[in-house]
Amino acid sequence: MSTIALNPVSYLDNTGNDPTVRARLVVGDNDFHSVTEKVCGIVEQPRPPKIWWAAFAASSSLTLVLFACIGYLVTTGVGVWGLQIPVGWGYAIVNFVFWVGIGHAGTLISSILFLLRQQWRTSINRFAEAMTIFAVVCAGIFPGIHVGRVWVAYWLFPIPNQMSMWPNFRSPLLWDVFAVGTYATVSLLFWYMGMIPDLASIRDRATTKLRFYIYGVLSLGWRSSNRHWHRFEFAYLLLASLATPLVLSVHSVVSFDFAVSIMPGWHTTIFPPYFVAGAIFSGFAMVVTLIIPTRKFFGLEEIITARHLENMAKIMLATSMMVGFSYSTEYFMAWYSGNVYEAFTFLNRAFGPYAWAYWTMVTCNVLVPQVFWVRRLRNNTLMLWVASILINVGMWFERFVIIVSSLSRDYLPTSWGYYRPTAIDVLTFAGSFGLFLTLFLLFVRFLPMVGMAEVKGVMPQAHLDHPGHRGHGDYHGDIAVREVDV
Amino acid sequence: MSDRTPNTGGGESIRLHGYLVAFDKVDELLRGARIVRDAGYTRWDAHSPFVLHRLDAAMGVKKTILPYIVFLGGLTGAAAGILLEWWTNAVNYPFLISGKPLFSLPANIPIAFEITILFAAVSALVGMLALNGLPRLSHPLFANRSFKRATDDTFFISIEAADPLFDRIETRRLLEEISGRAVEEIEELP
Repeated sequence: MSTIALNPVSYLDNTGNDPTVRARLVVGDNDFHSVTEKVCGIVEQPRPPKIWWAAFAASSSLTLVLFACIGYLVTTGVGVWGLQIPVGWGYAIVNFVFWVGIGHAGTLISSILFLLRQQWRTSINRFAEAMTIFAVVCAGIFPGIHVGRVWVAYWLFPIPNQMSMWPNFRSPLLWDVFAVGTYATVSLLFWYMGMIPDLASIRDRATTKLRFYIYGVLSLGWRSSNRHWHRFEFAYLLLASLATPLVLSVHSVVSFDFAVSIMPGWHTTIFPPYFVAGAIFSGFAMVVTLIIPTRKFFGLEEIITARHLENMAKIMLATSMMVGFSYSTEYFMAWYSGNVYEAFTFLNRAFGPYAWAYWTMVTCNVLVPQVFWVRRLRNNTLMLWVASILINVGMWFERFVIIVSSLSRDYLPTSWGYYRPTAIDVLTFAGSFGLFLTLFLLFVRFLPMVGMAEVKGVMPQAHLDHPGHRGHGDYHGDIAVREVDV
Repeated sequence: MSDRTPNTGGGESIRLHGYLVAFDKVDELLRGARIVRDAGYTRWDAHSPFVLHRLDAAMGVKKTILPYIVFLGGLTGAAAGILLEWWTNAVNYPFLISGKPLFSLPANIPIAFEITILFAAVSALVGMLALNGLPRLSHPLFANRSFKRATDDTFFISIEAADPLFDRIETRRLLEEISGRAVEEIEELP
C-alpha cells in the first residue's frame, strides 16, 4: 500500500509541487475510453472480487445485528439502553451526530469544491456523495428509535394527528427534522442527477437485456445532447449553490440542539462553526478510510490518484486545526465568562470521570493529524489510512464527551451520575456500521463510483483545441461566462 | 427544401429522422458545430460524452430559463414554510410557550430556510428534466449502433429532417465536409 511513498518516481505519484507544471488529475496512459472501461468495468464484472463477498457477508451480518437490536428495543423499551437520568441522551444521540457529521463531506466536495473550481473533486465526488447518503440513512435511524414510542414518530412531521396538535416549530429538535430531511433529499437528488450521464454509459455498453433495461430506465433516456448538457450544468450549478448554505446549515442546526439549551458546556455561540468544522473533518476522514482500500481493490489508482489523497489529507489537517482551536476557545470562554458552572464543566471534562474519553478525543483529533504537516507522511497511504481511522474514533468521542460529560455532572451535585452504555447500545452502534458498509458495498458493485463524465471533462484531451493550454482547462463549471466566438 | 417531408413514398426510401455524423476530437466537433450553426440550421444537436462549455457558444445555444424556475421554486418554498409555521403554531392551535409571541420571525427562520432549499432543489432537477424533455426512453438515435459511443468517447452532430433547411443532398454534403466521415441516416421511430 505504501509503494507510492516509497517509490517517488512511480508514474502514479502526481503529488509534486512544481508551480510550472500543472499536476495531472488522471495519471497513466488514459483516454476517454479507458476511463469508461475502468469505471464501467467494475459494474460489468460477472461476479465481484472475493474480498467484496467477504466484506459483504460481514457487513450484512452486522446489519442484521442492528435490526435485531432495534426489534428488541421497540418490543421492550428504551430501558435496554444505558440511559438514566441525568444522562438521557446517550449513544443514540452521539451516534446521530457522528453519522450526520460524516455525511457532510460528500456535499462539501460536490458543491463547495465545485463552486471553488477545485477540479480534483471530479474523481471522488460520486464516491463521497454516496457515502454522505448512507451516513445520513444511519443518522436518521437513531433519533427515530430514540423517541421511545417509535410507532408515533410521525408526530415529528406536520401531519394532522389524533391529538389535533402540530409540532412546535420553535424547537431546535424540530429544526433538526427539517434540516436532516432536506439534506437527505437534496443530497439524493444531487447524487442521482450527477449520475444520469454515467448510468447512460453503462446502458450503452450493456451486454445483457436486464442491465440494458435497468440502467436504461435509471438514465431516463439521456442522449448526451449538448442542449441537454447546457441545462444539466445549470441545474448542477444551481444545486451546488443551494447545497452550499444547506450543508453549513445542517450541522449548525444539529449544534442548536445543544447550544439553545442551558446546559453548561453546551450553551455557547461557538457551537455552529465548531460543529461544521468537525463535520467536514470527520466526513473527509471517512472518505479516506473507505477510498484507500476501494481504489486499491478495484484498480482505480490512476483516476483516484495520490494527489487526491494528499489534498484530502490537507483538508483534514486544516479542519483538525479548526477543531483544536474550538476546543481551546471553549476553555478560554469557560474561564473568561466567569461562570463557575461553565468552568467546572470544562475542568471536569479534562480531569473528571470521563477524562479518558476527553484525552482520546484530543489525541485523535488534534495530535494525530499533525503528522500531515510532513509531506512524506501524508503521502504514505498506509499512514494516511490509519490516521483517518483514528480521526473517526476521535470524532465519535468528541460527541460522546460533549453529550455525556455535560449531562452527567450539571448544576446539582446531588443529581450527578455516571453513564455506562449497555451491550445493546454498543451492538446497535456496531450494527449501524454494518448498514453503512452494506449500502456502500452495493453502491460500488452496482453504480458507477467515479463520475466518468466529469473526469473526462478535466482530462487534457478535452481541451485539444487550445494549443497553449497545459493539462486541464479552467472551463469546468464556468458556464456563466459566454465565450466570444471566432 | 423539397425533401423535408420525411416519407417520400419511394419503396426503398426510409422514413428519415435525420443525419448523424461522428467526430473523434473536441476541436473537430467545435469547428463542425460552428459551421452548422452558421449555415442556419435550427433543429440540430451536438452530442458529447461530457459537458463542453465552449460548445454552447459554438452551437449558439440560448441561455436556459432554469434559474428563474428555481428562483420561483425557492420563493414558493419560503412562503410555504412561513405560512405552515404561522398557521399551525399561531392560528390553528396557538402554542403559548414561556410567554413568547405566538409568531416571531427569528425562531421560524431555520425551517423556512430548509423548505426554501428543498423546493428550489427539487425544481432544479424537475425543471432541468422537463426542459430537456426527459425522461424519454425511446429516441430514433438510440437505434444507431455507433451512437452508443456518445456516452463513451465519441462526439456527434445530428441534424433533424424536420429542420426547414434540411435537404437530403445538401445537408449530407455539409456534414461530410465538416467531418470527413460517412454520414449515417437515422430512421424515424415506427
